[in-house]
Amino acid sequence: MSDATRLSVFKTYKLYVGGKFPRSESGRVYEVTDSKGNWLANAPLSSRKDARDAVVAARKAVGPWSGATAYNRGQILYRIAEMLEGRREQFVREVADAEGLSKSKAAAQVDAAIDRWVWYAGWTDKIAQVVGGANPVAGPYFNLSSPEPTGVVVVLAPQESSFLGLVSVIAPVIATGNTAIVIASEESPLPALSLGEVLATSDLPGGVVNVLSGRTAEIATPLAAHQDVNAIDLAGADDVLAKELEIAAADNLKRVLRPQPVDYTETPGIDRMTAFLETKTVWHPTGSLGASGSSY
Amino acid sequence: MASVFEYAPAPESRSVVDIAPSYGLFIDGEFVDAADGKVFKTVSPSTEEVLSEVAQAGEADVDRAVKAARKAFEKWSALPGSERAKYLFRIARIIQERSRELAVLETLDNGKPIKETRDADLPLVAAHFFYYAGWADKLDHAGYGANPKPLGVAGQVIPWNFPLLMLAWKIAPALATGNTVVLKPAETTPLSALFFADICRQAGLPKGVVNILPGYGDTGAALVAHPDVNKVAFTGSTAVGKEIAKTVAGTRKKLTLELGGKGANIVFDDAPIDQAVEGIVNGIFFNQGQVCCAGSRLLVQESIQDELLDSLKRRLSTLRLGDPLDKNTDIGAINSEEQLARITSLVERGEAEGGERWSPACELPESGYWFAPTLFTNVTQAHTIARDEIFGPVLSVLTFRTPDEAVAKANNSQYGLSAGIWTEKGSRILAVASKLRAGVIWSNTFNKFDPTSPFGGYKESGFGREGGRHGLEAYLDV
Repeated sequence: MSDATRLSVFKTYKLYVGGKFPRSESGRVYEVTDSKGNWLANAPLSSRKDARDAVVAARKAVGPWSGATAYNRGQILYRIAEMLEGRREQFVREVADAEGLSKSKAAAQVDAAIDRWVWYAGWTDKIAQVVGGANPVAGPYFNLSSPEPTGVVVVLAPQESSFLGLVSVIAPVIATGNTAIVIASEESPLPALSLGEVLATSDLPGGVVNVLSGRTAEIATPLAAHQDVNAIDLAGADDVLAKELEIAAADNLKRVLRPQPVDYTETPGIDRMTAFLETKTVWHPTGSLGASGSSY
Repeated sequence: MASVFEYAPAPESRSVVDIAPSYGLFIDGEFVDAADGKVFKTVSPSTEEVLSEVAQAGEADVDRAVKAARKAFEKWSALPGSERAKYLFRIARIIQERSRELAVLETLDNGKPIKETRDADLPLVAAHFFYYAGWADKLDHAGYGANPKPLGVAGQVIPWNFPLLMLAWKIAPALATGNTVVLKPAETTPLSALFFADICRQAGLPKGVVNILPGYGDTGAALVAHPDVNKVAFTGSTAVGKEIAKTVAGTRKKLTLELGGKGANIVFDDAPIDQAVEGIVNGIFFNQGQVCCAGSRLLVQESIQDELLDSLKRRLSTLRLGDPLDKNTDIGAINSEEQLARITSLVERGEAEGGERWSPACELPESGYWFAPTLFTNVTQAHTIARDEIFGPVLSVLTFRTPDEAVAKANNSQYGLSAGIWTEKGSRILAVASKLRAGVIWSNTFNKFDPTSPFGGYKESGFGREGGRHGLEAYLDV
């Protein structure tokens, strides 16, 4: 039997929600094509209900994930890089197809994405030292400010950069202990859906990252208005959609990261992490050690 | 309760402050009339006496002030940081010099006790300017990259509960980072901001760097909607904060919001009761409870409820309500008739929903706006008075049995601004503090503020921080 006669096995792309791989509850799919219009696969066309289910999963994961040690989160993010390295060829193919890139250019994107996970893996136990600290208040008080994750973050992944851009917006959100609901690039969702498979085998607890594919506006609209979502990254929204979503997000004062031009090949700053961090400041009296001011 | 000792009146002298019969808007270094000639009166809430008549800024005035601020921005932002610093140090020093005058003024216009304006508001105002003055030439080291840039013109809207302190929180970091400002004080407390305009003149601050526009909500709305404003900072109610967030949606304006709160003050069974009682009183009766970070929900562990409430009621009976200018006064006037009506209506609702109302015997003055210190027991989480911000001297008492229950109840709120923890056990403080969703947590203390300490909320209490290194970010293009 020669290879030429073997019929290949197609992959059914599915959503990644709560650590599981469901189809859209709506039963709908849409056709995904490469840059030349050739059919690649059918992707789930997520509904409002899928979005709400993802919020439930993401909320459930906030406690354990934000409560994990920063070291542990770093180890898991590094594990994601390890798992991706092993599936590099698959992602190079998917990115080449999705973005119409040559194999070498697609490989550069994938390599940069893997390295980005490594970069953020190292940040998990350093960001608190960089943005938090003791405050020298004018009184007998110990006063400490620490960053804390804001909670559930909806991420509209960049529309163009289907994998490097995607990783660049997910990693900073979860590095600091938030959980994410990611809306994949509408035209090029396949690398995002495949990333779900990698995350599922990287010790990342279910629900920390949830991946939805479909019409960005259709999925993002109910999420921007959802009362149990804490923040939204509008990277993948055009100006019109971004304004609509920001207005909807004001209803429960979500933290909003507006779309801005980003060169994803460059080393990021810490802005995407701090955008989804709260600052908690705790005071406590210091007391004194007796009349002399010292016990020694 | 009969006092063992009677207090003789000990009024602070009013003569230290000279309030003019009328004030203009402060635009481009000059006091001017409103374009449409509108004015409004500001009254002393403790007597209802009219203190002065103040120009009311309209849309045309907002535009004029923003233009002045824009024009001033070019030179101000180009000044070496060390020069901007010196202006701010000057302002801080003048505030210290004029501290008693400003304290009396604030007490007259706001209704809060002189004890508070003299010992809390004014020292904090001067300290805030002094703190941010020092940042102006050290921004390279603030952790926002080399040579961080200002945003441009800041539109700032502040509330009436700490008029001059909120002005300081807004203006000091804005100027230190090289922005220029247009600030709208609250309609019931415009005077200290106008006195501040005079301090800017004394300090020789360049024209247009600070512009003050007294007015009502529509003035504020026009300011935040102005297309040439680059930064919006608001302190006030959550409802208005949401409207502002919608207004700036789709623009490039940077936004920070300090909004409402329903702070939980959690008292565990091993807490030092006397200190906790002082903290509870400070938490909800400081500034007549008109504090966004007030500890308006007392969560007391069931086993010590009776002991704590007995002690608390005894303490409340010693609070002295009356003339805010009297140095022995603990509870001053409510800021406005409107606010008094809101407090009254929420308290009536609390009773209607089954809360048990208690106040110490307390005689209220005949004129002015007054509300006796009030506490409610028999309150559940579903009650309106356990959920809505009252912004008055009203404490809702709830109970809990376990630390988990305390945390769950404390976090059961749309707000997340402040919380208090009272216990002698250090590990419990840290465990509970880490689980509370609130921006400021006071353990074994309450209502402490400092310019170095970042202040601001989680959830619907807003976003962004004021104070400390964190407070610079709101005014930098980072």
